[in-house]
Amino acid sequence: MTTTQSPGADLPLQQHESVVIRFAGDSGDGMQITGNQFSHTSAVFGNDLATFPDFPAEIRAPAGTRPGVSGFQVHFSSRDINTPGDQPDVLVAMNPAALAVNLKDLKTGGILIVNTGQFADKDLKKANLDSNPLLDGSLDGYRVIEVDINKRVREALADTELTAKEVQRCKNFYTLGVLYWLYSRPVDTTVEWLRAKFAKRPEIAEGNVKALQAGYNAGDIHEMFQGRYEVPACDDLPPGTYRNIMGNQAVAMGLVAGAQLANLRLFFGSYPITPASTILETLAAYKHYGVSTLQAEDEIAAICNAIGGSWTGQLGATATSGPGMALKTEAMGLAVSIELPLVIVDVQRGGPSTGLPTKTEQADLLQAVFGRNSEAPMPVVAVRSPADAFDCTIEACRIAVQYMTPVILLTDGYIANGAEPWRLPEIDSLPKFPATFRTDAEGYQPYARDEKLARAWVKPGTPGMESRVGGLEKDSLTGHISYDPENHEKMVHTRHAKVMGVRDGIPTPEVVGADSGDVLVLGWGSTYGAIASAVDGMFAAGKKVGRLHLRHVWPLPHGLDEIFSRFRAVLVPEMNMGQMARILRSEYPTQNIISYPKVQGLPFFTNELVEKIESLLEQ
Amino acid sequence: MTDTKTLTKKDFQSDQEVRWCPGCGDYAILSCVQGIMGGLGIPKEEIVFVSGIGCSSRFPYYMNTYGFHSIHGRAPAIATGIKTANPDLSVWLVTGDGDGLSIGGNHMAHILRRNVDVKILLFNNEIYGLTKGQYSPTSPRGLRTKSSPMGSVDAPFNPLSFALGSGATFVARTVDTNLKHMQQVLAAAAQHKGSAFVEIYQNCVIFNDGAFEDVAAKGVRDDKMIDLRPGEPMVYGKEHDKGLRFDGLEVVRCSADEADVWKVDTGSPTPGFMMAQLDRSPDMPRPLGIFREATTDAYEDLVQAQVQRSIESKGEGQLHDLLYTGDLWTVEG
Ligand code: SF4
Repeated sequence: MTTTQSPGADLPLQQHESVVIRFAGDSGDGMQITGNQFSHTSAVFGNDLATFPDFPAEIRAPAGTRPGVSGFQVHFSSRDINTPGDQPDVLVAMNPAALAVNLKDLKTGGILIVNTGQFADKDLKKANLDSNPLLDGSLDGYRVIEVDINKRVREALADTELTAKEVQRCKNFYTLGVLYWLYSRPVDTTVEWLRAKFAKRPEIAEGNVKALQAGYNAGDIHEMFQGRYEVPACDDLPPGTYRNIMGNQAVAMGLVAGAQLANLRLFFGSYPITPASTILETLAAYKHYGVSTLQAEDEIAAICNAIGGSWTGQLGATATSGPGMALKTEAMGLAVSIELPLVIVDVQRGGPSTGLPTKTEQADLLQAVFGRNSEAPMPVVAVRSPADAFDCTIEACRIAVQYMTPVILLTDGYIANGAEPWRLPEIDSLPKFPATFRTDAEGYQPYARDEKLARAWVKPGTPGMESRVGGLEKDSLTGHISYDPENHEKMVHTRHAKVMGVRDGIPTPEVVGADSGDVLVLGWGSTYGAIASAVDGMFAAGKKVGRLHLRHVWPLPHGLDEIFSRFRAVLVPEMNMGQMARILRSEYPTQNIISYPKVQGLPFFTNELVEKIESLLEQ
Repeated sequence: MTDTKTLTKKDFQSDQEVRWCPGCGDYAILSCVQGIMGGLGIPKEEIVFVSGIGCSSRFPYYMNTYGFHSIHGRAPAIATGIKTANPDLSVWLVTGDGDGLSIGGNHMAHILRRNVDVKILLFNNEIYGLTKGQYSPTSPRGLRTKSSPMGSVDAPFNPLSFALGSGATFVARTVDTNLKHMQQVLAAAAQHKGSAFVEIYQNCVIFNDGAFEDVAAKGVRDDKMIDLRPGEPMVYGKEHDKGLRFDGLEVVRCSADEADVWKVDTGSPTPGFMMAQLDRSPDMPRPLGIFREATTDAYEDLVQAQVQRSIESKGEGQLHDLLYTGDLWTVEG
């Protein structure tokens, strides 16, 4: 294969503002890596972007079948964007199953790159296809680019030492090369990444680099395309230093930062569960920040480890997903009762039960706010995007430490695995909330409280302050076991008042778009991107539509009632059956709260929201 | 720091009224534990007692140390967190047969296999006391209780076999009616570096009175029990005339002069297992004492050593480095 310096230099270059590409293939085809590399390169190139990985729960469903299809969608733009895009402009289908599953989403007239090397009769059969879509006319209306990627990779790597199997594993980098060429992206960040990743097996690194280069060159040589495209760097982004960040990574960093800002060491107990496990994995590599990570025997032990850590004077934290939240419930009640700081991260996924482990949902809201035996109030903070996860995690740590309370941080599968550029904060600008430990035994009462109603934190090991904590009801001052009816009532009210008091320290969220008018779209969590795109577009077109996004979902901030009164209707899109709408209706019974539920394991599309809002405007 | 030399039993008695039933075996255990604490040379504030739920789990309230009365079965997980976060604390865990082997069986297995340096006192009364008399995971088959009116059909756990099977590095048994023996065993447990599991036969006067009477009653215990003392011959009987020796994979009775020396430093838990199995043989003495004592790294030390190594090799992590790494790019204003 010849290498030209700048293949395709003579082809016409078209500029696009935004492009959505979906990579789809078998779980074994490495589509997640391909998508992540493309995103990463685009981020470094200066585009704004949002990603949506969508993969099966099975590690390897039978190869070539529809359940085994893994997809990664990336939206990259020269404008400020909020979502991974409703419909792809480009679909890469590595096999018939990937084509069959994803074709319906591709924009009419969109580019379809198909790996014909994987379209034998047996492949079609595995994908449950009676006829070959390449021949039966079902691809009419798309710009189909047929490439036998299997064969091209074989040719490109003919003179390497790699086995036939290893060669085929390089297919995804060939594909990535084609896309880099088509969208005029440099290959070097990926080349560097490969060389670092396979430092111990340089022959694998070089094989993939060769495949990447071959794909890049092929765009030109094989005359696959009539032209190339360019999506210039985004100049809407505020100035600053940026990096690309995924949600779970940001949570892990937020926990490290939160602990340091509180002058504490982080003590993290966790049990592996999709889609939260990468938080544990990330923190396990942060030991030099003074972080202890324990992989517990189960979900219950994980939170109990963290509670033990908090009791000794560290910042205890744990992370899980829905089924694990259910298991941790009793221990959360204990943390409420003994009033120690604790951060519980819930990366929500589809349920009930095991549900849809790799798909997203927001249906743990009521569980987070109310889902414990008896009166066990806890503050709940919700993350709206991968980069926002860092700030929200620090906020959860702040509340936990200042109010001596467990706090739930809600994120979801869409945020956990999604990526976006993150404008890095100045370290000095981060809030500081140093924890204090009482060491003065004089007059010490374990359940005496400060103005925030927080009790004092005392480390075991402090002389003269030996005392007992536990889950039994305690005297409101001495902390001794108390079954006294009035005392119990007082304690229930005090715990409630303490948590509700969190709202005195948080701002009223800002309304974006119309400040009053027809519809206020209220969101929380990962619906942020779709809501922002929909509302901002409609507002720009002159509609009286505004939006408000909640970070603190419990307690709710002050001032919402007044804001709601300024609109005819408050629309609440949620990936559940209307849980936030239910809370709002009970808190603000006179307001016109309209629920818009979606429970498909998928995020909202912008156009769905636009249609919904428009239907309300017409009423 | 308090002066440890002057600490006496009284220093470890809290101001809380003890609320077990009169005659409960828990009193003897509490008194014994309070009695040995002063001799450990550990400042009172560095001692913590953690428990789960059950009669025995009220224990921390009665100790004038730091205490944590947690939730049913989870004390091992909480104690693991405490000891790992602060290895300087002397951590004691008080549990029962229901708390430690039924609802918390999973956590018990894992604290033992990890060898967290926690002293675990399992009060075995073969019954659920606090919930008023249901059969427990150590109740013998056939035991008639409120929840087993026709007799329990469950096969019981042998707590020692459970602990040995979980890889516990120190395993022992004692009984509430023999204060001196209890003191010795608890003192040995306190000296052990790593998880120490001590089963304590404890009489529940209300719901399972006399559960250990046949072997532990004062008149019969010398002939019905054998105290396993590391390095000493396995001799028992009022007259010190009876002995035990190994015969292949069996333990057999013999005269005192033929008795084998009891060794726990073989590295293998097998002799301990063989002794634990004697519980099932009506004509064999019931073993007490130390079933295993082995040395290996404690979990919390390994965890903290990794943190230390990491700091030494990478330098203490600064927030700036946490964020500003990887591929960064700048957007100019
Ligand atoms: S019920 Fe039994 S174990 Fe519980 S305190 Fe009473 S005697 Fe002791």
